[in-house]
Amino acid sequence: MESCPSVKNILLLDSEGNRVAVKYYSDDWPTNSAKEAFEKAVFTKTQKTNARTEAEIAMFENNIVIYKFAQDLHFFVTGGDDENELIISTVLQGFFDAVGLLLRGNVDKKEALENLDLILLCLDEIVDGGIILETDANVIAGKVASHSVDSGAPLSEQCMMLRFEVKQAQFPDFKLNSAARERTF
Amino acid sequence: EYSPFSGIEKGAVLQEARVFNDPQLDSRRCSQVITKLLYLLNQGDSFTKTEATEVFFSVTKLFQARDIGLRRMVYLIIKELSPSADEVIIVTSSLMKDMNSKTDVYRANAIRVLCRITDGTLLTQIERYLKQAIVDKNPVVASAALVSGIHLLQTNPEIVKRWSNEVQEAVQSRAALVQFHALALLQQIRQNDRLAVSKLVTSLTKGSVRSPLAQCLLIRYTSQVIRESSMNGQGDRPFYDYLEGCLRHKSEMVIFEAARAITELSGVTSRELTPAITVLQLFLSSSKPVLRFAAVRTLNKVAMTHPMAVTTCNIDMESLISDQNRSIATLAITTLLKTGNESGVDRLMKQITNFMSDIADEFKIVVVDAIRSLCLKFPLKFRTLMGFLSNILREEGGFEYKKAIVDSIVTIIREIPDAKESGLLHLCEFIEDCEFTYLSTQILHFLGIEGPKTSDPSKYIRYIYNRVILENATVRASAVSTLAKFGAMVDSLKPRIFVLLRRCLYDNDDEVRDRATLYLNTIGGDGSVVETDKDVKEFLFGSLDLPLANLETSLKNYEPSEEPFDIRSVSREVKSQPFAEKKAAAKKPTGLGAPPAGPASAVDTYDKLLLSIPEFSTFGQLFKSSAPVELTEAETEYAVNVVKHIFDKHVVFQYNCTNTIPEQLLEDVTIVVDASEAEEFEEVATKPLKSLPYDTPGQTYVAFEKPEGVPAVGKFTNVLRFIVKEVDPSTGEAEEDGVEDEYQLEEFEVVPADYMLKVGVSNFRNAWESLGPDFERVDEYGLGPRESLKEAVSTVIDLLGMQPCEGTEVVAANSRSHTCLLSGVYIGNVKVLVRLSFGVDSAKEVAMKLAVRSEDEAVSDAIHELVAN
Repeated sequence: MESCPSVKNILLLDSEGNRVAVKYYSDDWPTNSAKEAFEKAVFTKTQKTNARTEAEIAMFENNIVIYKFAQDLHFFVTGGDDENELIISTVLQGFFDAVGLLLRGNVDKKEALENLDLILLCLDEIVDGGIILETDANVIAGKVASHSVDSGAPLSEQCMMLRFEVKQAQFPDFKLNSAARERTF
Repeated sequence: EYSPFSGIEKGAVLQEARVFNDPQLDSRRCSQVITKLLYLLNQGDSFTKTEATEVFFSVTKLFQARDIGLRRMVYLIIKELSPSADEVIIVTSSLMKDMNSKTDVYRANAIRVLCRITDGTLLTQIERYLKQAIVDKNPVVASAALVSGIHLLQTNPEIVKRWSNEVQEAVQSRAALVQFHALALLQQIRQNDRLAVSKLVTSLTKGSVRSPLAQCLLIRYTSQVIRESSMNGQGDRPFYDYLEGCLRHKSEMVIFEAARAITELSGVTSRELTPAITVLQLFLSSSKPVLRFAAVRTLNKVAMTHPMAVTTCNIDMESLISDQNRSIATLAITTLLKTGNESGVDRLMKQITNFMSDIADEFKIVVVDAIRSLCLKFPLKFRTLMGFLSNILREEGGFEYKKAIVDSIVTIIREIPDAKESGLLHLCEFIEDCEFTYLSTQILHFLGIEGPKTSDPSKYIRYIYNRVILENATVRASAVSTLAKFGAMVDSLKPRIFVLLRRCLYDNDDEVRDRATLYLNTIGGDGSVVETDKDVKEFLFGSLDLPLANLETSLKNYEPSEEPFDIRSVSREVKSQPFAEKKAAAKKPTGLGAPPAGPASAVDTYDKLLLSIPEFSTFGQLFKSSAPVELTEAETEYAVNVVKHIFDKHVVFQYNCTNTIPEQLLEDVTIVVDASEAEEFEEVATKPLKSLPYDTPGQTYVAFEKPEGVPAVGKFTNVLRFIVKEVDPSTGEAEEDGVEDEYQLEEFEVVPADYMLKVGVSNFRNAWESLGPDFERVDEYGLGPRESLKEAVSTVIDLLGMQPCEGTEVVAANSRSHTCLLSGVYIGNVKVLVRLSFGVDSAKEVAMKLAVRSEDEAVSDAIHELVAN
C-alpha cells in the first residue's frame, strides 16, 4: 500500500440520521440513493453507541468509519479498510473541533444549519478530492472564519476573531489569514 | 423544530438567485442565496442542465464584488456546479486574476477551483503560474497547487511530470503540510522509476520529515522499497532501523503506521516483530477505542501468520472480550482463537458462549469461521467445538449466520473422519426445524454423499423421509434424490427405499414425481437386493464437470433443429473470476456446493468473434484462449498484446493493438511473425487491420497450422508493420500520404500450459478416486533452491496451467511443506488430476512429489515430461 492516505467521505448528520452537510470524495457511492443508503446504514448501526467523550470506530462494507457525537449532531469520517485508523481519526477530530470553534461551542443542529456556510467552507478546507489538506482545528477554523468576516459582520463574530488571534503565535499559518483579513476591514 | 431551511423550495431559490444580477450587489444576501443553493445540492437535489447553466452565469457576475466571504462561497458553488468546457472559459480570466492576486486566500482557492474545472488545453496556459505557486512561500498556496497537481496527474500526467523540479524543492519546505503534499505528488510522478523512489526514501529517512502525515507517507514508501529490494537477494533488510525508529515517534499515528508496516514485511522474523508487537500491546489498553481497534485488528492479522508472536498479548486480549465496542471484542476473540493452545480451548469456549448472545450476526459469522480453523488445528478438540457449533445452530439467527455454521460443520466432517457421525446427526436435527430451503437442500445433498458411507446408513432415512412429508416442493425433490442415493449405494436398503420412493409418485409436484419415477426406473432391481450398475450411478450422481455458466450460454445459443444438443460442444474453460470473488474464495474454503461458476465471459466472446472471421471458420471448436500476453512495455507509442487461441489443428494469434499517439493514424496494420524457432508451425492465414486511429483498440490475426492434437511448442518473434499518417489534432483529419514503418515487439512462446484447460472439480478426493490408479504416474523432483515455498508452488501451477482445487494454491506463510491439488483437461479432452507434495529444507531446497492421474497413459507421461523439462 504505497498510496497517499485518503478520505472517502465526511458526513455530518442529525440525531435522526438526516443530512446536515455531507461531502463524498470517492466513486464508491455513485448515486444519491447509494449515498443515502450508506448514511442510513452507518447511522442506524452507530446510533446506540456512546461516542461522546471519545471517537468510536466501526466497519462497513470494507470501509472504516470513525465517528463522534455532540448534542444532536453526528460526525463521521470514512476511509478504506486498509487505511491507518489514526489518520482518519485525526481528520475527524480536526473537523469536530473546528466546527466547535466556528459555532463557538454551541454545537447543535440549529446552530450548524444557521451557519451552514461556515460548515461547508470548513469541509472544503479539510479535504480536497479525498486528499487531506489540514487537520489542525485551529488552522481550519482560522481559514474559514477569516473569510466570513467582513465589515458588516456582527460584533460577536469579530470577538471570535480576537480569540483566534491569541492562537496566532502558535500557528504560523494564521498570520496570512489575519493579513488577509486586515485588507477587508 | 426551527430550521433556517424549512420549507425551502428549489424554484423559489432559483428565483432568488436573480439578485446576483443586481447592479448594486448585496454581498450578504448573495452569500445567503449561495448557501441555500449549496444546501439544496447537499440534500441530494439536482439542477437540470439549463438551471445549472443559468445559475453558473449569474454567479460569474459576483466576481465584481470585493467581499472575501462572498468570493469563497462563489468558489464553492463553481466547484459544485462542475461547469462544462465552454462555460469554464467564462470564469477562466477571473480565476486567473485571482490566482495572481495579492490576497493569499484568493490565490490558494482560485488554484484549487481552476484545476478542478479545467481541461488539458487550458492547463498549458496556467502551467507557469502553478509551477510558481508550488514553491510559493505561503504554505496554503503551495499546498493548493500541490494537491491540485495530484489530481491533475490522473488526467494530464505529461504536464504534471514537468513540474518535478519545483515539487522536489517543495519537499524541503519548512511547512509541515507542504512537505506532505509535495512528497505525495513526487512519489506519484516517479512511481514507475524504482531507483528514483529508492533514492528519495534514502535521503528523506536520514533527514527530518516534519508532519506526522508526511512521516506516515514516508513509511509507506519505505515499505514499498523494502518489498522491491527483497525480491532480489538476501542479507540485512534495508531501512528496518528507520521503521523501528519510528516506533518511538511522538505521534501515535506514526507509531502505528510503522508498527503495521513491520508486521506486513514479507518473511518478517520474530525478532523484527517484537518491538512492533510491544507498542501495539500498549495500544490495547488505551482509553481511546480507535487505538484499541487499530491495534487489535493488526494483531489479529499477525496472528494468522505468527500466532506465537501475539501470545504475549493474550491477557490484554482477554480483557477486551468485554469491550463496549463489539468490533473490538470480536477481533479480540478471533485473535485468541488463533493464538490459543490446545489446553486453553475449553476455557475459551466458555467465555465465548456468554459473548455470543449479545453480538450481531455479522460478528458471529467471524467467530464461527475462527472456530472452524481452530477445530482443524486441534482435531482432538472436535467434540467441544462441534458441540458449540451445534448449540449455536439451534439458537436464533439469520441465513448467513446459519450458513456459516453449516459450512463449518461440513468442513469439519470432511477433514476429521471421527467427527463424521456426530456431525451428520447434528445436521439431521437441524433440518428437522430449518426455515431455509437453500440450507435444507444443501444438507440433503451432502447427506446423500456421506450418509451411505457410514456404519449405519439406515438411521438417516427417517430424517430424510420426514422432509418428503413435511417440506416444500424444492426440499421434497432434494430429499427424493438423497433417498435414491442411499438406495443406489447401499444395496441392503434398496427394498425399503423403493417402498418410500413409490409413495413419492403421488406427490402433487411435477419435479418430485419426475425424480421418483426416474430413480425407480434406473436404479434397477425392482426393489430387490442387487447392485446398481456403475454406469447408472455415474449417470445419476456423477458430477457435471462443466461450468454451469458455459452450459447455460450454450443452451441459449442452441437453435431447435433435427440435430440434438451435444453436451460435448460446451466449452469447459473456467472463466477467470473477478478479483473480489477470488479473494473471498481464497479466504474461506467452500463448505457446501460446487465451486462458484464464473460469469459469462471472454471465451464465448472469442469463440463467436473467431467463428465470424471467414478465414478461421473452418478450424472447428475453440479449445482454449490464453490470457493476453503483453508484447510492449507500459507507456510506449503502441500498446500490443497477444491472445493465443488453440484449436485442434490450428493456432490463431490475436494481436490487440492500441495507438497511443493522438497525432497519428495507422493503416494496414499487420504483424510479421517469424516462426523459425517454432518448427511444427506453419503460417496459413493473416487478417490485417485496415485502420487504427488514436486510442481505439483494434485486432489483427495470424493463423498457424500445427499437427493435429499434438501440444506443439515454439517461440515467435513479432514485428508490427503499418503505414503511418499524420493527423492534424485540431481538425482530426489525416493527411493523404503515409509512410511505411515498423515497430519491434517482444517475442512470446506457445508453451505446454496453453494446451491445458483450467477445469475445477468440486470434490477432489472423489474425483481422484473415481479416476483410479490405472494410469497413475508418480515421481519425485528436486527443484533446487527457491526463494520460498509459495513461489515454488505458484511456479509449478503456472507451468502446468491447471486449476487449483479447494484453495490449495494458498501456502501458509513459513510452512515447511504443502500439498496442492490441481485439475484440468488436456488437449484431446483428457481429464487430468495432479497431486503435488512440496517440502522445503533449511537451505531453501525444494523437493516435490508429483502424482498424476488421467484417463490416458500418454497424457500422464506428458505431464511428467512437462515438469522434467
